[in-house]
Amino acid sequence: MSSAKSTVPFKGTPEQEAQLLQVIEEKKDDKGALMPILQKAQEIYGYLPIEVQKIVSDKTGIPLEKIYGVVTFYAQFSLYPKGEYTISVCLGTACYVKGSGDIYNKLQEKLGIAGGECTPDGKFSLDACRCIGACGLAPVLTVNEDVYGRLTVDDVDKILEKYA
Amino acid sequence: MADITVKINGVELSVPKGTTVLEAAHIAGIEIPTLCYMKEINEIGACRICVTEVNEGRGFRLVAACVYPCSDNMEIRTSSPKVIESRKKTLELILSDHDRKCLSCVRSGHCELQKLCKDYGVEDAAKYDGVKNEFEVDNSAAHMYRDNNKCILCRRCVAVCAKTQGIGVIGANERGFKTYIGSAFDMGLGETSCVSCGQCIAVCPVGAIAEKDFTKPVLEAIADPEKTVLVQTAPAVRAGLAECFGNPIGTNAEGKMAAALRRLGFDKVFDTDFAADLTIMEEANEFVERVQNGGVLPMITSCSPGWVKFCEHYYPELLPHLSSCKSPQQMFGATAKTYYAEKMGLDPKNIVMVSIMPCTAKKFEIGREDQSAAGVPDVDYALTTRELGRMIERAGINFNALPEEKFDDPLGISTGAAVIFGATGGVMEAALRTAYNTLTGGTLIDIPEVRGTEGIKKATYKVGDLDVNVTVASGLSNAREVLDSIKNGTCDAQFIEIMACPGGCVNGGGQPQVPMGIRNFVDIRAERAKVLYDLDKSMPVRQSHENPAIKQVYEEFFGKPGSHKAHEVLHTSYVKRSVN
Repeated sequence: MSSAKSTVPFKGTPEQEAQLLQVIEEKKDDKGALMPILQKAQEIYGYLPIEVQKIVSDKTGIPLEKIYGVVTFYAQFSLYPKGEYTISVCLGTACYVKGSGDIYNKLQEKLGIAGGECTPDGKFSLDACRCIGACGLAPVLTVNEDVYGRLTVDDVDKILEKYA
Repeated sequence: MADITVKINGVELSVPKGTTVLEAAHIAGIEIPTLCYMKEINEIGACRICVTEVNEGRGFRLVAACVYPCSDNMEIRTSSPKVIESRKKTLELILSDHDRKCLSCVRSGHCELQKLCKDYGVEDAAKYDGVKNEFEVDNSAAHMYRDNNKCILCRRCVAVCAKTQGIGVIGANERGFKTYIGSAFDMGLGETSCVSCGQCIAVCPVGAIAEKDFTKPVLEAIADPEKTVLVQTAPAVRAGLAECFGNPIGTNAEGKMAAALRRLGFDKVFDTDFAADLTIMEEANEFVERVQNGGVLPMITSCSPGWVKFCEHYYPELLPHLSSCKSPQQMFGATAKTYYAEKMGLDPKNIVMVSIMPCTAKKFEIGREDQSAAGVPDVDYALTTRELGRMIERAGINFNALPEEKFDDPLGISTGAAVIFGATGGVMEAALRTAYNTLTGGTLIDIPEVRGTEGIKKATYKVGDLDVNVTVASGLSNAREVLDSIKNGTCDAQFIEIMACPGGCVNGGGQPQVPMGIRNFVDIRAERAKVLYDLDKSMPVRQSHENPAIKQVYEEFFGKPGSHKAHEVLHTSYVKRSVN
């Protein structure tokens, strides 16, 4: 079985853990506490790796699988951290008809990760996004604050090289 | 509660307020089909197979009968064309993402989905074919596999794991079309803190989860002239096996089972009941010793490997409370490969010990550490009742026409105390019969307070000048309650029996699957347990210490209960495991 455990080493600090424990302590007896605890946990760590979900499970008594089920159900939660460079490919209608799907696939292939994931060295994370309001430049992707437009699949290598 | 009147298919019926449409129809003699519904355990109205037309004054509309309560003057149509069409379409949609390899499926012939497709005349299984999910089969656990390509997402396994057993190592991951049943972070089941109880298999309507099948190597061993193949059968197997051959729930299969095993070619047909008596000798002795020497109390039984694994994962701090006795299955194998091998002049390496168990955790147990008294594993293959049923069928043995035969001597001799091991409270009752005799010299046989299917039972017995408080729990969520009471100091029991499966081994994860439509209305635990209590009543000897074969094995081999040799062969140790 493939495991969805993040391959990026966990770098949680004692301060973050103390913060999380305090959140759990405050909320754990509330009805439906799991969602707000997970939202806060993601605020603290930026994502919800197994290390964080285990803390939540141990302290609330909720089975780890139930927590994982909730995390994978909602798009707002991520199992992977954001990379040093966050690549967002627009899969909105205009970009999509102009071939952004192929660009997205090429990036997954080049980086060796699926959408939503982060490369093991922590450098790049890849996401799909909806319209960023630059349809005139379709297809569009962004790397952190940089915007790249009117792209073809062949442009992918050059863009990645700039951040290597 | 006040009664209300409903009209089902034109017939008037009075039912208590709060009755669901499904229950009302059952009272009227009409069984509405279900897939996801498990009474009190999984009432989620998700699968839509039970949809039924109701009219509450605003015209007929479809509702989920399993969760929809009746209202006064409600009109119900259970099989109108609209109902039939809706159910058929639901089946076609389920089939659109279902691996339809029925010919080679372990559940073929007794699959709930297959039966519904036949009942509703689904002719074109590929009607809504489109994109399909493809899943790897999870083979990581010792006792079972999961093939999600056959899963219909009814969530019965999820509910029984989380609610009945209080474990929750499986659940629904992802969402929408990508939803699948699995474990956290896609761990294989073998990496999780699954306790191997197999209750998920017992409630699965299809062939998505099943025990790992070891019938082939067993048949190969039987065919090998070098090997002496011994078989032992657990108490509860005789209370379930007959169901594989169309007999009603609660049919005693003991004699025909022994006959069938002989015809399958086993060299000796023995009975785990012998080792159950042996367990009582050791366990009652251990209990008396703990009481007299200030040992750790309460002492908890260790016959149920699902329970033992549960304790190791979830309550490791309570492991000193567990009896050090091996389970009867393991005691049997250990005795067969030491005492019996010596007696018969056999090399333990050439003995193949096969057990037939109502249990899937037994498949895990045979691979545990410290379970090899003769330097080779005590038990080589643990088969479920279902696997034995399949072996008998495949061999063309006409089970129902077999004569009633007896087990072989000497490891087939047992007592009434042993046969009730298969029901919740049975181990406690058997142990008390012997402990009472040890401490008072008197005789105590029937102990009704510890019988019955309640999840937790408590009683107090005067044994000599000692008041013994006992507690019996079955189903691991009930076990949790008892264990928490030990931890917080509110438990007054000295002796506790715990079985992993609700109702004990008769309702074990390896027993024949009973369609949920029947399980929702019949207590299979009580029906099967009755077989064992009737057998107990009919036995000439009903106390373990009076079993002549047990007396002999102590005289010739072990000396006395708790002896050095008994400890080497019949006792074991436990390990702490993590929670995942």
